[in-house]
Amino acid sequence: MTQTLTADIDKPVEAPTGRARAVRHGRAVPFFVVPFGVLFIVFYLLPIGYAIVQSLYTVERTGTFGPAREVFGGFTQYERVFSDGPFWTSIGRVLGFGVVQVPVMLGLALLLALLLDSGLVKGRRFFRLAFFVPYAVPGVIAAIMWGFLYSPNLSPLKPVTSAIDFLSADLVLWAMANVVTWVYVGYNMLIIYSALLAIPAEVYEAARIDGAGPWRIAWSIKIPLVMPAIVLTTVFSIIGTLQLLAEPQVFRSFSSAVSSTYTPNLTVYSTSSIPNFNLAAAFSVVLALATFVLSFAFLKFTSRKGVQ
Amino acid sequence: MLVMAVCTLYFLVPIWWLFVGASKSSDQFTSTNPLWFADFDLFANIGDLIAYRDGVFLRWMLNSLLYTGGAALLGTVLAAMCGYALAKYRFRGRELLFNVVLSGVLVPATALALPLFLLFSKVDATNTFWAVFLPSLVNPFGVYLARIYATASVPDELLEAARIDGSGEIRTFFKVATRLMFPALVTIFLFHFVAVWNNFLLPLIMLSDERLFPVTLGLYTWNTQVNQIPELRGLVIIGALLSITPLVVAFLLLQRFWRNGLGAGAVK
Repeated sequence: MTQTLTADIDKPVEAPTGRARAVRHGRAVPFFVVPFGVLFIVFYLLPIGYAIVQSLYTVERTGTFGPAREVFGGFTQYERVFSDGPFWTSIGRVLGFGVVQVPVMLGLALLLALLLDSGLVKGRRFFRLAFFVPYAVPGVIAAIMWGFLYSPNLSPLKPVTSAIDFLSADLVLWAMANVVTWVYVGYNMLIIYSALLAIPAEVYEAARIDGAGPWRIAWSIKIPLVMPAIVLTTVFSIIGTLQLLAEPQVFRSFSSAVSSTYTPNLTVYSTSSIPNFNLAAAFSVVLALATFVLSFAFLKFTSRKGVQ
Repeated sequence: MLVMAVCTLYFLVPIWWLFVGASKSSDQFTSTNPLWFADFDLFANIGDLIAYRDGVFLRWMLNSLLYTGGAALLGTVLAAMCGYALAKYRFRGRELLFNVVLSGVLVPATALALPLFLLFSKVDATNTFWAVFLPSLVNPFGVYLARIYATASVPDELLEAARIDGSGEIRTFFKVATRLMFPALVTIFLFHFVAVWNNFLLPLIMLSDERLFPVTLGLYTWNTQVNQIPELRGLVIIGALLSITPLVVAFLLLQRFWRNGLGAGAVK
C-alpha cells in the first residue's frame, strides 16, 4: 500500500506515459498471466512437443510375438506418412472440399450480411436470429440430423432423396459440405455483419453525395471495409476444413462410401485405434503443420495485398 | 426479401423437422407427414428417453454441462486475466507471450487430441473427467479477444484513479475492469462454450466409460448402433432435440451480447 502511494505521489513529476506507469505496477503481472500460461504450456505446447517426439520413434519387436519396445527411428514414420496414398488422397479431398465449400459459405454469409445491412429487409432481428440458430447445433448432432434428412426413407424431401442418392460415393462429400455450410453460415454472417455495423454513417453520406448508388456502395465501400472480417472467417474456415472429423465420422453409419481414412483426422483416429501411436502422431504433426502453414500463408498473402 | 425467405427455410426447416419428429411415436415417424404433427407424444418420448438404461441420457447432459459450462466459465476468467495483463501492463516477454498465444489460435484443437491422449496415458489419467475438462480450459482465441476488449473498454485513466484510491491491481481487475469488460466476457464465454461443445475428437479418443460421455459422444454411439437396435433411432432424434435446446435458449437470452460483441475480434 505504502509503495503504491509513494508511486502515485511521484507521478506528476515524471511524464505520465503509459510505459512509465505500467512498469511500476508490473508486480501483479504473474498473478494474471501464470494461471493461463501454465495451462497453455501443459495442454498446448507440451502435447505438440510430445507428438513430435513420439513421431520420431518406432515400435520394434523381437520376433513376431516378442515384447515390443520403442526405439528411435528418425524420420521412419514420416517416410510412411509421405508414402501413404490414402492419407494424401484424403488431404486432396478436404482441399477440394474447402475450395468449393468455403467460398460458397462465405459468399452466402456476405450476401446475407449485406442484405441485412442494406435496409431493404424488414424484421432484421428475426432473420439474424434465424440464421444464427444452426450454430447452436454441434457438428455431430447436425450430421445426425442431416443424415436422416438425406436418407431415402425418412426424409421430408422424399421425392428428391429417392431420385438422388446424396449418400452415394459421388455426392456424400458435398452432402457433408451442405451440413457444414448449414451450421456456419449464420456465424460467419454475424461476424461480417458486426463489421458492417461498425462503419461510420458519414462514409455512406459522402459516397451518396458523390452519386454512388446502393450497389456501388456495397461493392466499393462496404466489402473493402469488412475485408478484415472476411479474412478472419476465411482463416477459421480453412482450419475447420482441414480438421473435418465429426461429420464424416457420423456419416460412416449412414453411408458405406465414407471410409476410415476419408479425411486426414479420421486417419489419425483410426491409426491411433490400431493402435499405432507413433504413426498417428506423425500424421497429427504433418496435419497440424499443413493447417498452420496454410492459414499463415493466407494471412500473409492478404496482408501483403494491403487488406489488413 | 425472397433470398431471405428461402434462407430462413433452409436454416429452420431441419430444426422444425427435428421438433416434429421428436413428438411422434416410432410408427408415426415413418408413416405421417414428416413436417407436421401427428399425435403429440413429445413428453412420453422424453420419458422413454430418460428411462432408457437407467437415465444414462440425463447423465450425458449433466456431463456436457460440466465439461462445457465449467470449462468455459473458468477458461473465460483465465483468458480475461491474461488478455488484460497483455493489454494493460508492459513486462518482459509480453510480445513473445502474445505471439505464442496467437500462433496457438492457428493450431486446431483436434490436432492436440491425440498427443493429449498419449500424455494422459503416461500418467494413467485417460478415461477420467479431468482428461477432457483440463485441456478444454485453454482458449488462446479468448486471450486474443480479451486483449482487444481490454484495450478498447478499460481506460488507463480509470485504472490510475483506482490506484490513487489505494486499490490493489488484482482488486482493480475484479472490481473495475471485469465490469467494463462484461459484455465482451460474455462473448468470449459463448465462443468458448461452443468450441468445447463442438470438440468431438477429444472425448472420442479419451473416454471409454459411457458414464463419462458428453451428450454428443453418447448420441453418436447410439447412432452407430441404430442398424442393430432400431428402437434407438427415435431416442437419437429426441436426444438430439433435447441436446440443442439449452444452447438455443442461451443464445436467445444472451442475444444482446453476441449481437454486438462478435465483430470486435474482426475489426481490429
